[in-house]
Amino acid sequence: MNVSFLLNGTSVTLTEPAPTTTLLDWLREERHLTGTKEGCNEGDCGACTVMVTDANGHHPLNACILLLPQLDGKHVTTVEGLSTAQGTLHPVQSEMVTHHGSQCGFCTPGFVMSMATAHLNGDTDHNTTLAGNLCRCTGYAPIIRAARAAEEQPVPDHLLLLGENIPGNPSADGRLDGAAPQTTDALAKLYAENPDATLIAGATDVGLWITKQLRDIPTPIFLNQCADLHGITKTDTHWRIGAMTSIAELERTLSPHFPDLGKMLRRYGSTQVRAAATLGGNIANGSPIGDGSPAMIALGATLHLRMEDTRRDIPLEDFFIAYGKQDRQRGEFVEAISFPVQPDTLHCTKISKRFDQDISAVCACLNLPVEDGHFTTTRLAFGGMAGTPARARQAEAALNGQPVTLASIHAAMAVLRHDFTPLSDMRASADYRMEVAQNALLRAFHRSNGTATDLHEVTS
Amino acid sequence: MSTSKPLPHDAAQLHVTGTARYVDDIPTPAGTLHLAFGLSDQARGKIAAMNLEQVTASAGVVAVLTADDLPFSNDVSPSAHDEPLLATGQVHYLGQPLFIVVATSHLAARRAARLAQVEITAEPAILTIDDAMAANSRFEDGPRIYAKGDPDRILTAAPNRLRGSLEIGGQEHFYLEGQAALALPLEGGDMLIHSSTQHPTEIQHKVAEAIGAPMHAVRVETRRMGGGFGGKESQGNALAVACAIAARHTGAPCKMRYDRDDDMMITGKRHDFRITYDAGFDETGRITALDFTHYARCGWAMDLSLPVADRAMLHADNAYHLEHIRITSHRLKTNTQSATAFRGFGGPQGIVGIERVMDHIAATLGLDPLEVRRANFYRDGNITQTTPYQQPVTDCIIQALTDRVTANAGYDERRKDIASWNAQNPILKRGLALTPVKFGISFTLTHLNQAGALVHVYHDGSIHLNHGGTEMGQGLFQKVAQIAAAEFGVPIEQVKITATDTAKVPNTSATAASSGTDLNGMAVLNACTTIRGRMAGHLAMLHDCDPGAIRFENGHVRAGDTTLTFAQAAQATYEARISLSATGFYKTPDIKWDRIKGVGQPFFYFAYGAAITEVVIDTLTGENRILRADILHDAGQSLNPALDIGQIEGGYVQGAGWLTTEELVWDARGALKTHAPATYKIPACSDRPDVFNVALWDKPNPAQTIYRSKAVGEPPFMLGISVWSALADAVAACGPNYADLQTPATAEAVLAAVKRAKGDA
Repeated sequence: MNVSFLLNGTSVTLTEPAPTTTLLDWLREERHLTGTKEGCNEGDCGACTVMVTDANGHHPLNACILLLPQLDGKHVTTVEGLSTAQGTLHPVQSEMVTHHGSQCGFCTPGFVMSMATAHLNGDTDHNTTLAGNLCRCTGYAPIIRAARAAEEQPVPDHLLLLGENIPGNPSADGRLDGAAPQTTDALAKLYAENPDATLIAGATDVGLWITKQLRDIPTPIFLNQCADLHGITKTDTHWRIGAMTSIAELERTLSPHFPDLGKMLRRYGSTQVRAAATLGGNIANGSPIGDGSPAMIALGATLHLRMEDTRRDIPLEDFFIAYGKQDRQRGEFVEAISFPVQPDTLHCTKISKRFDQDISAVCACLNLPVEDGHFTTTRLAFGGMAGTPARARQAEAALNGQPVTLASIHAAMAVLRHDFTPLSDMRASADYRMEVAQNALLRAFHRSNGTATDLHEVTS
Repeated sequence: MSTSKPLPHDAAQLHVTGTARYVDDIPTPAGTLHLAFGLSDQARGKIAAMNLEQVTASAGVVAVLTADDLPFSNDVSPSAHDEPLLATGQVHYLGQPLFIVVATSHLAARRAARLAQVEITAEPAILTIDDAMAANSRFEDGPRIYAKGDPDRILTAAPNRLRGSLEIGGQEHFYLEGQAALALPLEGGDMLIHSSTQHPTEIQHKVAEAIGAPMHAVRVETRRMGGGFGGKESQGNALAVACAIAARHTGAPCKMRYDRDDDMMITGKRHDFRITYDAGFDETGRITALDFTHYARCGWAMDLSLPVADRAMLHADNAYHLEHIRITSHRLKTNTQSATAFRGFGGPQGIVGIERVMDHIAATLGLDPLEVRRANFYRDGNITQTTPYQQPVTDCIIQALTDRVTANAGYDERRKDIASWNAQNPILKRGLALTPVKFGISFTLTHLNQAGALVHVYHDGSIHLNHGGTEMGQGLFQKVAQIAAAEFGVPIEQVKITATDTAKVPNTSATAASSGTDLNGMAVLNACTTIRGRMAGHLAMLHDCDPGAIRFENGHVRAGDTTLTFAQAAQATYEARISLSATGFYKTPDIKWDRIKGVGQPFFYFAYGAAITEVVIDTLTGENRILRADILHDAGQSLNPALDIGQIEGGYVQGAGWLTTEELVWDARGALKTHAPATYKIPACSDRPDVFNVALWDKPNPAQTIYRSKAVGEPPFMLGISVWSALADAVAACGPNYADLQTPATAEAVLAAVKRAKGDA
């Protein structure tokens, strides 16, 4: 496979690169562009943030878990390409100097790339756009001052032109072989022929197999070129989400319809991770602590699986059989997820040690429809409470048909103990997990009654 | 004057453009090799067999070295020679380096290091404080005890008395740049080392021992670190020594950088402590007597644990005058990473101990904790009061400082507002707290309080500045350059800041103990004074005026009626065959300390500060958030207010992280489970206070420091304790019982405390 992209405006074509080479290693070791830093090599610190521009816009991405074939047809901007050729600093760079936003400076290139991407996108929610960049020196205050000061300043011309200069999908050149199929049909055929291949969507998980577990990926299939796996459609009855839809796009599209889900998705990974990670990947890897699955289960999602030309649909919760075991045949892949159009009765609670960019100890997505003052068909879906994402069926049964009262909630909370036997680990103890899972029900009740339950709505 | 100005960090422009070079960014010669350690997967045991055939056979591997292959010293300890670079028979912690892989790439070395077949006969590991106490596993023969007055008698007679116990978690440094070193072999067996270290001289010393050479054969250069925080005071030794040995062995340049997970598994962290207390107090909350016991978990090797534990004892009083006090300190040896220096160096643990006592007394008496604190403060202007180690506290400003910050922050009104808000909100509760800081400035190992500098003035008037301090982001280089520019009366741009280099300034101390500017600034001042004196002497002679009347200002030198540019003055001095190069030296005056008796004057002065923090907690989950912080901190006559405020903001957030989300978890085997940012959570952007007011106290340091400034590296870290105290205050609003909040106050710990407050536990 050959890979072509633009790097800071210069065309690059790589002939048969090792497909698991990360952009970070390539930049630093092959191109000697050392402005992009390695802080953690797992997508958690943001020191390696670069800006990638494609037809969908400008995305901040972690170069340490971004594989070269994912860049095909895109434009990569690193910190070396942020200032003008004449050396004029980008506004976020000059404001970082003015506001003392750097101390040791090691996280700084990653910060300025996140800031410049947000600046280009007109996004001024700095707590969100910078949640994926860790700084250990400044306490963030001067960085935020810098970001605010840059908000109204114009985007430098050379960055404005980025969007008009994307190489685009290179399939027409015939430079790609089967490892990056262009259509879902081609993928289905290829995967059926190579059922032990590793499907790579956003690589936010597979990237760590490479950088941390040092695993070989003998037969990777990259899904990023598979245009018809992307995107969200809505009919009168259903939402349908293509497997390759990024969490960022999911958040953008669903937030207006399910605001509490939107708040939780805002905390899924970081801006960089959401720009890369896909809903299909999040489900297919079967993690018991991913946040996508509980949310979709609570919404009554159906998983659309495909093997070659055979398709089958299953309730999403049935996909998860046990820890590390899913109802997926060799050669079968996730094509889409769908769920019924419905009124928003969803309450989401994500419990983690740190508010932003942390893996959930418990994720509770509680769908609590009510008719005539009684709970009807509730769906209580949890992550972190078992070896798989799972519904609390006994607690659901305890609620269904009951009046919307504190007593009903307390009864369901008590029953929840029989639904799950959570584990203790470095994120939380079993007892804590159970308690906050139970309290998620209490929160939903209080929230519905207008009692203040959101820390983030309190000011000094 | 270039001092007192809020100039940006000297490398700010390089930082934001990605052109600031760190060790891993230095272009390396062709053929440079890369290193990785193979690590122990047992916490304690004997190495029964180590089969490295697959490691050696792995792609790209050039050499594999074990302890048996080391030519000279196998030791990277900064203190007791008890820290082999590579294990010799016995394994002491899970993560201990066993062998070195030398390979053609970083990745090849990492891959190969995992292919070893090592059999370790496991032995029962001593992991916890309780394990170590039960086994009497400790450094030093027994506990250190410092005491003043008659605590036993006064405790017995106390009108009120309480006891308690507090677990204090450790802390991973999480410098964004991991440990890194590069060794370049030179002719004749000499070695040039680039190291991300706070202590180039220590690197030089340990490398020299390891390659069997005198120190003159080893030159260490450090331009900058991507964060240090104490984690690069001794923890870089292993990488530099490994690189030097491998470079000597292969003849090729060798580089090593830890992958983040390796970094966290191998290197030491802040000491976790347990502190128990027995306090007597009167009805106003005034402490009459106090008995502390510190249990410090030091890990497997001594490293810097003794002075860390000492400093914890020396800060057991914080800003409070304690007349009858005893502090007993156990330094426990465990089969875990060797705990090391971390910003505050034991001081934070000592201070958390006494702040806990203040909150506990207030809860017992039903008083505002601030009233209890005020009742116990050292008195401003009192020159007879002494610390528990009998150093007079003559420079106290904590009362006036507290008065000002409470007034500015509206403490009293907000205290009332919060009480009524809490009464109306069943799920969310707010809390408010002020905690003070009094931090002793000087290395407690007295001989370390010295520094050197080297200054050249070139005949074009440009100035080359060098000193023994290292730059880890704190802005030391810029502050010291501001001093040099002020002394010569030139713009800061005329001063070239250069990398720390053991060949330019020898026998340096670590940049640590907040002393970087105090020591190196003075040494540079002295070097500049020497050169300026020579220039002035010559110009006075030329222009027939008194040398004392020569003025260096605004880029010019005025001698009587004549005004020269600084460059012209330098040229004239040069042409008169007068040296324009000088060393400078400084040692801190007036300090003496007996660490065994616990008596003396270990500190040149104290730095003060106070923080008021408001938080909100969620009583359903224990989740919490900082709403507002108001800080007033004493940096003396600030050399650079912007850099000083940067230290304060950053220190506060780092301190808050230590006591809230940053939780280190080891499993029963002694494996650290939180060894990456996925599981170890330092504060993120949204964790900073929504409202963050930071101001500098506006009085010069009474002690004769450089331009009457005060050290500012470590003291603000302890301002973060106010977050934990505010969380305890919010928890107290949940019920009538004392909630005994522990640290780190994770959401889980806060929820547990909420239940204790309510009596549901």
